[in-house]
Amino acid sequence: MNDMTPEREERVAGLKGLGCSRKRVEDARFTQGKGNYVDDLKMPGMLHGDFVRSPYAHARVKSINTEAAMALDGVVAVLTAADLAPLGLHWMPTLAGDKQMVLADGKVLFQGQEVAYVIARDRYIAADAVELVEVEYEELPVLTDPFEALKSDVVLREDLDPAAPGAHGPRKHPNHIFTWEAGDREATEQVLAEADVVAEEMVYYHRTHPCPLETCGCVASMDKVNGKLTLWGTFQAPHAIRTVVSLISGIEEHNIRVISPDIGGGFGNKVGAYAGYVCSVVASIVTGQPVKWVEDRMENLMTTAFARDYWMKGKIAATKEGKITGLWCHTTADHGGFDACADPTKFPAGFMNICTGSYDIPTAYLAVDGVYTNKAPGGVAYRCSFRVTEAAYFIERMIEVLAIELNMDAAELRRINFIRKDQFPYQSALGWEYDSGDYHTAWDKALNAVGYDDLRKEQAERIEAFKRGETRKLLGIGLTHFTEIVGAGPVKNCDILGLGMFDSCEIRIHPTGSAIARLGTISQGQGHATTFAQILASEIGIPADSITVEEGDTDTAPYGLGTYGSRSTPVAGAATAMAGRKIRAKAQMIAAYLLEVHDDDVEFDVDRFVIKGAPERFKTMKEIAFAAYNQAIPGIEPGLEAVSYYDPPNMTYPFGAYICVMEIDVDTGEHQIRQFYALDDCGTRINPMIIEGQVHGGLTEALAIAMGQEIAYDEMGNCKTGTLMDFFLPTAWETPHYTTDHTVTPSPHHPIGAKGVGESPNVGGVPAFSNAVHDAFRAFGLRQSHMPHDHWRIWKIADDLGLHG
Amino acid sequence: MPKKMHIELTVNGQSHEFLAEPRELLIHTLRERLNLTGPHIGCETSHCGACTVIVNGKSVKSCTMFVAQANGADLTTIEGLGTPDVPHVLQTAFREHHGLQCGFCTPGMITRASKLLEENPNPTEEEIRFGMAGNLCRCTGYQNIVKSILAAASELNAAKEAAE
Ligand code: FES
Ligand code: FES
Repeated sequence: MNDMTPEREERVAGLKGLGCSRKRVEDARFTQGKGNYVDDLKMPGMLHGDFVRSPYAHARVKSINTEAAMALDGVVAVLTAADLAPLGLHWMPTLAGDKQMVLADGKVLFQGQEVAYVIARDRYIAADAVELVEVEYEELPVLTDPFEALKSDVVLREDLDPAAPGAHGPRKHPNHIFTWEAGDREATEQVLAEADVVAEEMVYYHRTHPCPLETCGCVASMDKVNGKLTLWGTFQAPHAIRTVVSLISGIEEHNIRVISPDIGGGFGNKVGAYAGYVCSVVASIVTGQPVKWVEDRMENLMTTAFARDYWMKGKIAATKEGKITGLWCHTTADHGGFDACADPTKFPAGFMNICTGSYDIPTAYLAVDGVYTNKAPGGVAYRCSFRVTEAAYFIERMIEVLAIELNMDAAELRRINFIRKDQFPYQSALGWEYDSGDYHTAWDKALNAVGYDDLRKEQAERIEAFKRGETRKLLGIGLTHFTEIVGAGPVKNCDILGLGMFDSCEIRIHPTGSAIARLGTISQGQGHATTFAQILASEIGIPADSITVEEGDTDTAPYGLGTYGSRSTPVAGAATAMAGRKIRAKAQMIAAYLLEVHDDDVEFDVDRFVIKGAPERFKTMKEIAFAAYNQAIPGIEPGLEAVSYYDPPNMTYPFGAYICVMEIDVDTGEHQIRQFYALDDCGTRINPMIIEGQVHGGLTEALAIAMGQEIAYDEMGNCKTGTLMDFFLPTAWETPHYTTDHTVTPSPHHPIGAKGVGESPNVGGVPAFSNAVHDAFRAFGLRQSHMPHDHWRIWKIADDLGLHG
Repeated sequence: MPKKMHIELTVNGQSHEFLAEPRELLIHTLRERLNLTGPHIGCETSHCGACTVIVNGKSVKSCTMFVAQANGADLTTIEGLGTPDVPHVLQTAFREHHGLQCGFCTPGMITRASKLLEENPNPTEEEIRFGMAGNLCRCTGYQNIVKSILAAASELNAAKEAAE
């Protein structure tokens, strides 16, 4: 009966469910300029907040004089730590179990730190007033190098007892935050000692920033009459923000409504809780008026949410034939002035322990030391799942270095070490259970697609021609096979601030057979309103076009932990499918009643329940929906609604094979990407159009990071990259054309087999671009050169290798 | 505080008259005074193009122009390009070809692209990439933006041919 007759095919197509490249429902308003972003909000009497920020990276705040600012017409108030202290709001808890100053409490720890908060009638007056606040500082010695910080007598966090343990165990030094370990140290050291070959390298993944096109901001509005606080903002986790606001402000949670309107990109930047939110809430409570705070680009780059900054020292052991026997990694993690990393509580270094990558490595050990420095706090997962990008970059560089050590082809070295298809579910040496994968198939498909052997021949010829002086361009072939770990996560080991990382979906079917679904996540461009309706359409047989998806209003949506770490599809997507199945189960009973048969005698068929063996007798979901509201059915409650809170049994493990072919001009350091091939396996594909769009975008962010983007400081702790002049965002002109491809290995534990995709291209893209640069110079003796590979740094590689004659 | 200036503007065919401080930025005039929140602010330093509008027939980043400099000008913003019922060809093409994700760059992108297609009705992919380089997008990687603009160009050209 389930054969695909043309009639049935038509019904399936009409749903626009799983696998359909459905056009996005969000686009009508965005293309008309009718999006509703936080800075678009306007309310009667709305005031504007702006910060006085520290010009120094480390200094004592001797005094703050707000008189002149207060005297300016239109200034309502100027808040300092002294004003917040009686409320206990001059400090706030961070997501990492540390605390952070909301406004400078006696000292500042990074350039741009919030010192005072001006509230004024409009943004121009606020900006004027910021200039009028006089702050007297006494400069202190600055630490910008984490290795120095661990040796220095200069204590950054005088508020912490140096002898007391931190949130993640003992601290070894006043500037030390935690040590986190995974794997078997002793066994790994033994493997290293006995190995045929050990390759050793320091791999630095530089500090950068997610830099969504819209910066962070909020509008806080305290209604003094009913005691309700409404907070609109660029929140990737609105429900968690509500809980945090309640915990730190003492306002009962039911009196707080958090709304994430349209968000102009997040990429991790909008996960954290920032001083601007707290100050705006206080300002609205104090003034009784709505208060808007929107950071400018410089504030965004300098203060909210850096990413990466991991120094990863690695050792990889192998047999002469290239079989990897062990991996050792010690990471020094620069967390800045406060530990505000956005990681699940039990994972202070995120999922860095996925650093064995796609390889069957029997023995491994990882240790991460977190360190305070005079840099901005943050440590967010910039388009990745909690340090997976760092892990993937580390292992994909180590493989390349090992290939050099073994004098082997790097593609072949990967192939002989991949976890085999028959080994899944695979238990990794660092503690994860990889749910599924078929790496060899993906790898061969990728190598064939780019004509790998021919590329290597061309490269060899090019090197000869270069040596003969016939060309000044080298060819690099950048290989990557990455494995991600996303969809945080099982409540048994994943929480943030004690909140389990489940997610949720609530569905209401309307009497006429259309529906609304609300989720605990929030889209920032991923197209949830489009794709979640598709999941549901396939589950409940109501066309996606008849399903509204709503997120981001804590008064109406069920509780969820939000959208980051590619968790929406793995977790909320699963909740959506499960809630849909509850609807279907009830619909089945209603259908059976209407058809006057036993529940077991009907079965679901696309958009209806049919009597088994008699498909001409059926009830459509539309008919069933109506019946749910207009008939008294014995033993069944009226209505057709369901809610599901989904606690995933495991993470999902998307993977992919990326190949970048790059031309490099040895004399100018310029590069040109000739070809970029990206094969992704994200399990079941919900909307191929959106998947490809996600891959293009993620690859472009990877291109930026690998080839030029960084947050850099001078030795005084001045941030040198605070504008888009200095902070590299590629234009259309610098961005190559990408070829996308896929294999499909469904996740065995996810209700629809989906794994998540948004972050894969950033995780896999960075090593692919970086490996291409390294590969171009491999024949001339390059082993490791730190990112970003801007023109100057590439020129410098060539110069150091003596290629400039 | 310097004296306010008397400003006259035509925006999307509608004329406006008001007093403004000479330092008022055009983007703030549009967004806060005239409630045209289609153009966005992504940097305020002329780098991102989210604030792109058309001033007297030219693409302009309205975050780095004083409203005083636009006095007497004729402006078009994304709100003036098309309507929900009769969208501009580019508005349809961006939707058709997935030329947007978060949508924050989109108004500036489409406004700039509309000008680009007037300047060069038959652009190659390369010319589009060059002509759009003043508008940054963090989400799409540009590939589908280029595709959308190419599609809009051929649609506009086909319509022109049919009319001739
Ligand atoms: S806001 Fe005008 S160019 Fe960025
Ligand atoms: S669609 Fe998000 S910045 Fe372009």
